[in-house]
Amino acid sequence: MAALLEARGLQAQYGWTKVLHGIDFTVEEGGITTILGANGAGKTTTLRAVCGMVRTAGEIRFAGQRIIGRATEDLVRLGIGHAPEGRGTFVNLTVEENLRLGAYARGRGGSVADDLERVYGYFPVLAQRKKQVGGTLSGGEQQMLAVGRALMLRPRLLLLDEPSLGLAPLVVREIFRIVRAINREERVSVLLVEQNAAVALGLADHAYLMETGRVVMSGPAAELRQNDAIRRAYLGY
Amino acid sequence: MDIFFQQVVSGLATGGIYGSVALALVMIYQATDVVNYAQGEMAMFSTYLAWTLMNAGVPYWGAFFGTLVISFVGGVLLERVVIRPVESKPILTIVIVCIGLLVILNSVAGWIYSYIQKPFPSPFPPRPIVLGTVVFGAHDLGAIGVTLVVLAFLYVFFRFTTLGLAMRAAAQNPASSRLCGIRVGWMLAIGWGLAAMVGAVAGMMVAPVVFLDPNMMAGILIYAFASATLGGFTSPGGAVLGGLIVGVIENLVGTYVRFIGTELKLTVALAVILIVLVLKPSGLFGRAAVHRV
Amino acid sequence: MTARAPVIVVAVALAAALALPLFVSNFRLFQFTQVAVYAIALLGLNILTGYNGQISLGHGAFYALGAYTTAIMIDQWSVPYPLTIVTAGILCLVVGFLFGIPALRLEGLYLALATFALALAIPQILKYFEHWTGGSQGIVLSKPNPPWGITLSPDQWLYYFTLAILVALFVLARNLLAGRTGRAIVAIRDNPIAAQAMGVNTALYKSLTFGVSAGYTGVAGALSAIVIAFVAPDAFNVFLSITFVTGIVIGGLASISGAIFGALFIQFVPNWAQDISKAAPWAIYGIFLIGFMYVMPFGIAGAIRRLAARAAHRGTAARA
Repeated sequence: MAALLEARGLQAQYGWTKVLHGIDFTVEEGGITTILGANGAGKTTTLRAVCGMVRTAGEIRFAGQRIIGRATEDLVRLGIGHAPEGRGTFVNLTVEENLRLGAYARGRGGSVADDLERVYGYFPVLAQRKKQVGGTLSGGEQQMLAVGRALMLRPRLLLLDEPSLGLAPLVVREIFRIVRAINREERVSVLLVEQNAAVALGLADHAYLMETGRVVMSGPAAELRQNDAIRRAYLGY
Repeated sequence: MDIFFQQVVSGLATGGIYGSVALALVMIYQATDVVNYAQGEMAMFSTYLAWTLMNAGVPYWGAFFGTLVISFVGGVLLERVVIRPVESKPILTIVIVCIGLLVILNSVAGWIYSYIQKPFPSPFPPRPIVLGTVVFGAHDLGAIGVTLVVLAFLYVFFRFTTLGLAMRAAAQNPASSRLCGIRVGWMLAIGWGLAAMVGAVAGMMVAPVVFLDPNMMAGILIYAFASATLGGFTSPGGAVLGGLIVGVIENLVGTYVRFIGTELKLTVALAVILIVLVLKPSGLFGRAAVHRV
Repeated sequence: MTARAPVIVVAVALAAALALPLFVSNFRLFQFTQVAVYAIALLGLNILTGYNGQISLGHGAFYALGAYTTAIMIDQWSVPYPLTIVTAGILCLVVGFLFGIPALRLEGLYLALATFALALAIPQILKYFEHWTGGSQGIVLSKPNPPWGITLSPDQWLYYFTLAILVALFVLARNLLAGRTGRAIVAIRDNPIAAQAMGVNTALYKSLTFGVSAGYTGVAGALSAIVIAFVAPDAFNVFLSITFVTGIVIGGLASISGAIFGALFIQFVPNWAQDISKAAPWAIYGIFLIGFMYVMPFGIAGAIRRLAARAAHRGTAARA
């Protein structure tokens, strides 16, 4: 399988502070890759680097094209959807308006209505609340809204930033089930950043482990799940 | 009683103008957290452009719409060229740039057109309209009408078009908007363009009454602040309604309260500002700012 | 080297300031005295807006209050002028503190609006209380002579007098802002809720800061009345307040030296603008304003700070 997203020697910094010290990772076309690590490991920064939201150096290729240094708005148009840290909900707009904005970059696709139906199919609770203002949704619903909005783009690559954060286990399981379905049915590749290693390793094909801005381990998810060191450090047993 | 109705209608007419400028202020404030102190001077300059067109022989409505287009482009350019370099800088830095803009526009207008007052035509006939025993000026009614048309256009634009939605999103949450592919900078620019257009309409409606001169909009800007404060800086509709109320109050107080001469009329605006800020800072329709801890 | 640099700079600046009267004409000296007066006013405003985050578009009101207190005391009761300055300062401090109390409820934009409205009203209020203020005509004072038979011209004496007060007030401010009080004030600006959670009495500090800020500006106003020997309502209009805000932004927010840079700007740049273009001087001034903000968005003091930080960073990076 070809690599959809490839990073080599990726560095990133906020102001004078360097947060990523040259990391390499790959997301295979059609696959689900996860980046694990504790707080402060640089996982969110990695996603931000891919999206052009921080100062970067090094190399990132998306479908063969060099994308480092390009503006977020342009990268979105290439087909990179991002459900950001904190959900990024437009709190004063309705659910439907939030979703429509997801399709903004696709221009006059005309089939925005069809896409809305598809997203409502994956997340029925959003359909129930379509006229409700985004800020009044629960955490889990806002997470679904964030994923749904990214889906409206018809992305080739979906970036998910800590979707389980602050959500009840049942809700987390539901969201991850839907992400797997989206990956299978829509052929959307996924790059998932998570602190919750157990759930992430259950979903992903391939995994990377980050510590303070460096990749310290990588391999097929099944292998990392068996790995003793990881189990003790991140899964707690 | 007749005088009362006349003053109310007259007040609504001027109030519509205050409300329009207030609307322009609120539009930019909502998108950028900055009060555009140059809004009045932009409107004044647009009105001078209209005057120039008319002097060159362009018929009224041609000059009117031509000015709207030029003002829109001008507003977009001002944002992209003058404001953009300081877009992400501290608010007071942007405020100083706006003040610089104010001062430049005022000075250049005075330099090109001189400070002598000029008459400005109204598209409405000078003869009064009589309804029963009450007499209304046609210009007053016409100004109210024009204001309402502009507002209706803006409402439809923001509520029902994709671009309007994108602009609202960019104003509320620039980061998430970028993730939707919205070019936030250009949304701001279009916002400035629209605000400039609204200001131009206000200027062209008020110039026939107060005569055209570079300092024409200064007092109106203050009334616009009062209107936006009363209606709420976070509510475009509130700003317009605030304008109407302030206009009516100004007229009624001027008519019925003896010691308020023209000198102290401005005090009415100030009193409105202070009273609202003491009682309910976020205004009638504004939302109290909720701060993330 | 870097730790010693500010002290050397201040020493040099002070020496230059002391030597100034030897090199410039009386009129220039008068202008520099005005700069010193503005610097005190700007420091006052900066304490409130730069360090404490409360935006005031109405500090001209305290300037006016200080100026008229002095003018009335000298004109009506022949009070010695140094005493009037102290009185003006204390009066403005109290009024500022009292104003700071309702201001507690107002955030950013709304405080700016309230103070703006106040600034607009000042000339009218001054004209209204004609009996005290002399109405539109204002009050004329006479320039004081140097005391104790010192052989200086009145202009030179006033210059040194103002300079001495400036140095004293600046040292006072520096001590205030460098210690716990300063940290509390800045903490309130950056995150009022966190500050409160850490036990800072936000309400008290904010009102006190308003008071101190008003006091400084009041002293400046008092000095200006003595130096110019004239007060009139139209000199204290809203443009004065806007000029003060311009001064602190150009000079640099949250900076003591910024007050001096800002004062130099607001005193001299309008004159330069007029020299450049008689026809549209304010347009040139506006271009200066915008240009300054492009090149130095954090003010002159801010730009200096950044350069110093970058030099220090290079130093440490090279060593690392």
